[in-house]
Order: sequence, then structure tokens, then C-alpha cells
Amino acid sequence: MTLLAVDELRVRVATEVQPLQIVDGVSYAVGEGRIFGIAGESGSGKTVSVLALMGLLPHGATVTGSARFEGNDLVSMPPARLREVCGREIGLVFQDPLTSFHPMLSVGRQLTEHVRHHYGTSRADARGRAVALLEEVRIPDPETALERYPHEFSGGMRQRIAIAGALMCEPRLLIADEPTTALDVTVQAGILRLIDRLRRDRSLSVILITHDLGVMSALADDLAIFYGGRIVEDGPAEELLASPRHPYTRALLEALPHPETARGAPLHGIPGAPAQPGSLPSGCVFHPRCAYAIEACSTEVPELRRIGERGLACPVDPFAP
Amino acid sequence: MSSAPIAIPEEAAVRRRRAKGLLSQPLAVVGLVIAVGWLLVASFAPLIAPYDPLAQDFALTQAPSSEHLFGTDELGRDVLSRVIYGSRLSLPLAILLVALATALGSLLGAMAGYFRSWVDPVVMRTTDLVFAFPAIILAMVVTASLGPNIRNAVLAIVIVAWPSYARVVRGLVLSIGDTEFVHASRLLGSSSRRTLLHDVLPNLAGPVVVLATLDLANAILLLAGLSFLGLGAQPPDPEWGSMVAVGTQYFQYWWMGTFPGLAIFSAVLAFNFLGDSLRDRLDPRGVSRSKHQGVA
Amino acid sequence: MVLAIGITFVAFVLTQLVPGDPALSALGPVTSADPEAVAAYHEHWGMDKPLPVQYGTYLWNLVQGDLGVSQLSHQPVLDDLRHAIPATMELAFLSITFAIAVGVPLGVIAAMRQNRASDHALRVVSLAGISMPTFWLALLALYIFFFRLDWFPGGGRLDPGTTPPTEVTGLYTIDAVLHGQFSLAWDALHHLILPALVLAAFNVSLITRYTRSAILEVIHDDYVRAARAKGLPERTVVIRHVLRAALPSVVTVIGLVFANVLTGAVLVENIFAWPGIGQYAYQASLELDLPAIMGVSLFVAVVYVTVNFVVDVLYGVIDPRLRLT
Repeated sequence: MTLLAVDELRVRVATEVQPLQIVDGVSYAVGEGRIFGIAGESGSGKTVSVLALMGLLPHGATVTGSARFEGNDLVSMPPARLREVCGREIGLVFQDPLTSFHPMLSVGRQLTEHVRHHYGTSRADARGRAVALLEEVRIPDPETALERYPHEFSGGMRQRIAIAGALMCEPRLLIADEPTTALDVTVQAGILRLIDRLRRDRSLSVILITHDLGVMSALADDLAIFYGGRIVEDGPAEELLASPRHPYTRALLEALPHPETARGAPLHGIPGAPAQPGSLPSGCVFHPRCAYAIEACSTEVPELRRIGERGLACPVDPFAP
Repeated sequence: MSSAPIAIPEEAAVRRRRAKGLLSQPLAVVGLVIAVGWLLVASFAPLIAPYDPLAQDFALTQAPSSEHLFGTDELGRDVLSRVIYGSRLSLPLAILLVALATALGSLLGAMAGYFRSWVDPVVMRTTDLVFAFPAIILAMVVTASLGPNIRNAVLAIVIVAWPSYARVVRGLVLSIGDTEFVHASRLLGSSSRRTLLHDVLPNLAGPVVVLATLDLANAILLLAGLSFLGLGAQPPDPEWGSMVAVGTQYFQYWWMGTFPGLAIFSAVLAFNFLGDSLRDRLDPRGVSRSKHQGVA
Repeated sequence: MVLAIGITFVAFVLTQLVPGDPALSALGPVTSADPEAVAAYHEHWGMDKPLPVQYGTYLWNLVQGDLGVSQLSHQPVLDDLRHAIPATMELAFLSITFAIAVGVPLGVIAAMRQNRASDHALRVVSLAGISMPTFWLALLALYIFFFRLDWFPGGGRLDPGTTPPTEVTGLYTIDAVLHGQFSLAWDALHHLILPALVLAAFNVSLITRYTRSAILEVIHDDYVRAARAKGLPERTVVIRHVLRAALPSVVTVIGLVFANVLTGAVLVENIFAWPGIGQYAYQASLELDLPAIMGVSLFVAVVYVTVNFVVDVLYGVIDPRLRLT
């Protein structure tokens, strides 16, 4: 069952200089109880594309296309209703747990204010629920944790609390935007295991945004690779990572250090700088950095072709099996 | 990283605004026009003013009419001419005293920031003391002690005004003094005087200019306030603040106080418009926003 | 404390710069013609002693609660201050309350509508507000609301001939209410409104501008987006999250506003015949009444130190990160 179906989503931000097309027609579907991974470099539009779904972009951004969540289109929904729906049905976890908590409000208040608003839950019930969730995300001594302030917790603890907060309203979908990037490596694994466990226990759907393909291979069921505001390749995560077909995906994977690579073998970087909104090349946005580009690549925008369960936006397809 | 694309509109807007220059900001243009207008009025007052500002040969307290656009005062003097001549006192004096305060404050601040040791605490504690007093109370006591006249009023305002420059300049000197390029020029053997003049001072210009422009506004207000209290310009000099003071004693003749007050307001507004627009351009970090104290 | 001593010192030095002899202005033209009377006056005030001794004497008396006797009113300065301070405080509190009540919401509106028409309009209005000479505004207000419309009285704390309420706090409105004299309280409030509004004009603008920039500094923070993502209504997001985060800066300005109110009080009290500390300071400087000037300086120092202390305490209340554990 599909929980969220995004179709031809575009985000354009009006600036005084020129309008920037930050997300340029992306389509994907998130299945119930599945983890959908979105991978790509900074500036590829992956964060903006999910913030757009929730109506969290700053003034001046125009969103077109559609995103049907349980049958309702989030894009065309009136803002007030969108906020109600998202607050209840979609939980959001930010990249940096240091900045995503209000520094001056207690943890208890920040964990309970939205349940109390959406469901009119009593203070005592909301706190009871918060204590249960804090236990579930393994925060020691949850009762007193509610009385404390964010700065009294470590980064990893705060990210666990943030996840608990996102789950307070029993959402159907959890969006985690680079949830482990700001954390120590040892803490990262714990957070990722937590997300995986919650998904299984609660049949939660998850959109996991990360630039770390290692994380994706461990966790994601489905995967979309973003570049320059477009999806260049998508499909089941395991298969896609085992046999990447887009030159960009392949380059990303080659840039990863791998235990099987011989010691001393060079790591491969991707030549050139990532495409940035405002200075996007014509045609396939990756062509200036692509070793396999043909002439058509610089003029024609490649379609995302369906090949079985997979999608590929590369007419050259140099790694076809 | 995740919020980078979202920050783009703001950055672009700032870049664009700077590129467009000061003259494309309506506030700056309005401020500049009014300020230049007043400076022209001050320069050509004898040509513009319809009457002698001191001549008393008209009927007393006449309401505004085609002969006396702003009416006449309690001694039968033409209010318009007095307002026009008033600009010859307020504007040059405000410019003079801001120049003095800027020079004094910048010098002391630069010394405090550069030499540190004992200079710094002495200068800084002195600024603390001055800041602790509401500007007008200190200026009032100073003027009263030295004798109430316009020269002492200017002196008193300089005493009140220099500390903000000292603080801003000291802060900037401290922060710039720690940057790489200053260390580099020291390593290359520049003398400390050279370093101060060539590397540090040019970086101070922006915030100091902003502060001085805003301070022109404050200076006009404070000078008018002291004169209003009878501690600045003395009769029969046409000075805006003292004209308003006379107006409060005859306020059934509204024109006597309203027009000189309007002159103060427009001149102050001009420099506030200019200063505020300049800050967007020259001092994006807001260094000059040290202490915007109310004056009058 | 160091600052308070510093301020008395500055005031002391200033008063020593006086070229004239305060004895002459205090004794009046007839008596000061008599050299013996002048000498007696000098001796009485310790003016024949060296300066450090004079200052030491002053400080010593100060510690004992003796601020000297005003040369103008021939009353102990402490008594004069005891009457003048509540008058100014009553005016200041009403004015600051009004400035906060209007300035903070306006600042929030300007920030939330950044770079749109209402923001630009508020920028112009608030710049106009800080450009308007307080004494001129007072004149216009009196002309319109007292002379033309007769909505408000023209000056003073009460109608002429009215007996003030028995002193408890010295604030007439509160004292009158405490004694159940409600028409008297209304009279006092009626006299307060116009000067308080005039005094607030500058500070409304100042608070608007600071609140706006304080809010703009936090409005793009992640936790604000997090609050929106939780589906909280915009009102809650703005008040509980955004304004709360901007509150320390707002408190800082309110500290500044206290200094502004004292400054403005000198001019406003002058026009509204308000028997407060501003009038007292003005009279004292005109007449070079040294003990009175010192008394006012001391009061200024106390206000400054108190305001800074309260602001520091408030920072801790607002921001748990600054609390000592």
C-alpha cells in the first residue's frame, strides 16, 4: 500500500536576482511500513523537497505538482489544514539536535505541546505518554528528563528525544532529515537501529534523507538518488546499490571507502563541484562532471525511464547489464 | 547543509541591495533630499528669508497669512525667517560637535584597543560612567556649571557623545587586531603606527560613518533640548529649541512652537533616514548599534 | 557599587568646575552683599576645606543617609527626593508599560512581515518616532488635547486645590485606590495619561525596532521550523517560540528604555509642570544647587545599578542556560 505518492513536485524560490528552481519535477512513492531513502549531495534539493510537502518553506517559495498522503493532496491543501494534518500524521526529525530544540523551553513542554493541541490530551496524559516514549527511545529516568532543558542532554540523547517528540502524535510517516550527520559515529548506529526498530514495532513509514550511502544500504527499502533537484535513479535499495546504472550513483559509490578495497588503493572523488541551484547546467545537470556524457546530454533533459522496478534518467546507460 | 538552498533568497537580496547602491533606497533619497535642502537653506538664509529674523516691526502674534507664512511671534518677529535662520545655528553646530566627538572618541577608542594595558580600563570605565547618566541630565549639569550659552552646550554634548565612538572603535580595533592580515603585516615588520593607519583604520570607516550620521540626528535633538531648557542659545538668537520653548508659553498661538518644532523634526528625520539606510550598506554586522540612547 | 561611587565623584568634580559662587545664588542679592553671611555659608557647607575633604565628608554623610540640605528649597535633599521620585516613577511606569504594550507587538508584526509593505511602513513610523523632539510632541499634545479639545488637564499631578491622598507608596493613583478614593484616583490617572503617552512615543519606536531585529535573528532557527512542523498554530509558534527566544534582547532594550524615560522626564515634566525628579534636576542645575545635583546623580546611579541588576536576573529567568545549577 502506498502511503505517500509524490508526483512531479517542483519548488521554485523567487529571489530578487532570478527565480531558482530548487526541485525540478520529482516523483516517488513511499509504501506503508517501508523506509524510503533519499540520497544526494548538499544542494541537490532533497531537504527542500520534503519541507515543501509539509509547507515549511519560507515565504516566496512556490510549490507545484501533487503529493497524495492517504489520498489527500498536501500541495493544494489550505495552509491551516496542512499544518494540522502534518502535525498529527507526519513526524519530522531534523539534522541537528542542538538547534532543533527551543533552548528556553523544557523538554516536557516541547514533547507534549503538540499532542495537547491536536488531541486535547490532558497535561497528565500527555506527560505519561512522553514518559513511555522516552523509555522506548532509551532515555534514562524519563520522569525527571521532562523537567530538564535541552542543553542538559548530549547530542545523541537529544536526537532520541527529538524522535520521541516526532512520534508523540502517533504519525503514519516519519521524515528524518540527516538524523545522524551531526552525531558521533558511535552514536549514529544507535539512532539508526532505533529508527529501524520503531518502524517494525509501529509499522511506521519513514523517509530517510542522507548523503551517506552506507546508511542507506543498511536501512532503506527503496532509494532515490537526487542530483540538481531531480531524481537521477531510483529503485529497491539493495538492487540499486548492488548494480548502480547512473554514472552519478556509481561515482557516489566509488567515493565510499569500502572494506573490500585493497589497502592503499586510492579513493575516487567525483571531479567538479556539485550543481547548485542558480547555476544549473542545461540538459542533464550531471553532464559537466560525467565521464560518459554524449553531445545530447548537454541539450536534452533525460527522462526517468522505468526499467522494471527501477528508474534511470540516463540515455547513455553505460552500465546496462 | 540541509538549509543552504533556503538561505539563498536572503543572501541574494542583500547582495542585490548593495549592488543597487544607496540611491535606490527610497528612505535614503528622502533623507538626502531633506538634509541637502536644509544645508542649502542654511547657506542662503539671507537670500531666502523674507524678513530680518530679529526685526520686531510687525504686529505681535499674527496667525499665518500670505505676508507671514508661519505667522509672527510674541515680539512681532517673522517666524518663517527665524526658522530659516535657525538652521544656521543648529546644523553647523551639530556637524561641528559630531566631528569633535568622532575625533575624540575614535582616538581614545583606538588607543584603548591598540595599546590595551592601562589605557583600556581607564577609557572604558570612563565611558561606563558617562553612559550611566541619562544624556540630557549630564549635559544639563555640565552646561549649567560652565554657564548657559550655546558654546558650552556644544561642549557638553561632545562630552556626552564621544563614548559611543570610543566603544565601537575599540571593539573593532580589538577584533581587527586579531585577524590574520594584521598579524601578517606585523610579522612583515610594519611599525605599530603604520599598522594602525593602513590596516586597522580603513576597516573602521563604515561603522563610524553610520554612527556619526545617526549621531547628527541625536546632536540636533539634544542641542534643541538644551536650548529649550534655556541652557543653550540665548535670546534673541533664532534657535529652534528656544523658539519651541517660547511657544509653550503662548500655546494658543500654535504657529510659534509648531513650525520650529517641525524644522527640528524634519532635520532629525533626514539624518535618521540616512543613517538607517547607510547601516544596511556599510555596517551589516550592526557594530554601530552600540547604544542608541534617547536624547530629547 | 564602584559605579555608584564613580557617579558621585563625577557629579562632585562637575560641581567644582562651577565658576560662580553658589553662596551668592543661594543667599540672594541682599544677603550676599554681606561678606560675613557669605563666609558663614561657606563654613556651613565645608567649602573652606580642601576638595578631598569635602568629597570625603559628602560620602560619609551619604552613608549615614544624609544627602545634605538643598540650597534652593532649604529642605533636606532626601526629603525633596522622597517627593520627586514617586512622581517620576508613577509617570515612568505608566509610560513604559504603554511603550512595551505597543512596541513589542509592532516589532513582532514588522518582523513577521519582513520586507513587505507593513514592515516598511513601520520602519518609517518608528524612525519618525525617534526623530520627534519630545518637548515639541508635548507642546502639540497640550495644544490639541488640552487647549482645543479639553480632554485632558494641562499639567500637574492633580486638579488645583485637590488634596493628595495620604502617602503610602507616593504614587497618587495607587494611594488613592488604597484609600478607596476612586474619584481622586481617576483625577490622578487623568493627569498622568497625556505626559505618559508623550514620554512613550520615543520608546515605542525604540522597542519596535529592537524587537523586530531580535525576532529576525531567531526566526529562521531550526526550532521555529520544528514548532511549525509539529502543527502548532501560527499564534503559538510566534508567541511561545519566536518571541520567547527573542525575549532576552527585548529585556535589554527595556533596560535602555529606563534611561530614556529619565531623559525624557526632564523635558516632559518641565512642560507638564510635573513635580518629579526631572524638574528637580533642572531646577538644581539652573541654580547650581550642589547637594541637590549630587542627590539626583545618586538617584540616577541607583536606578542604573538596579535596572542592570534586574535585567541580569531576568536573563536567568528567561534563559535556563544562564541559570546557575
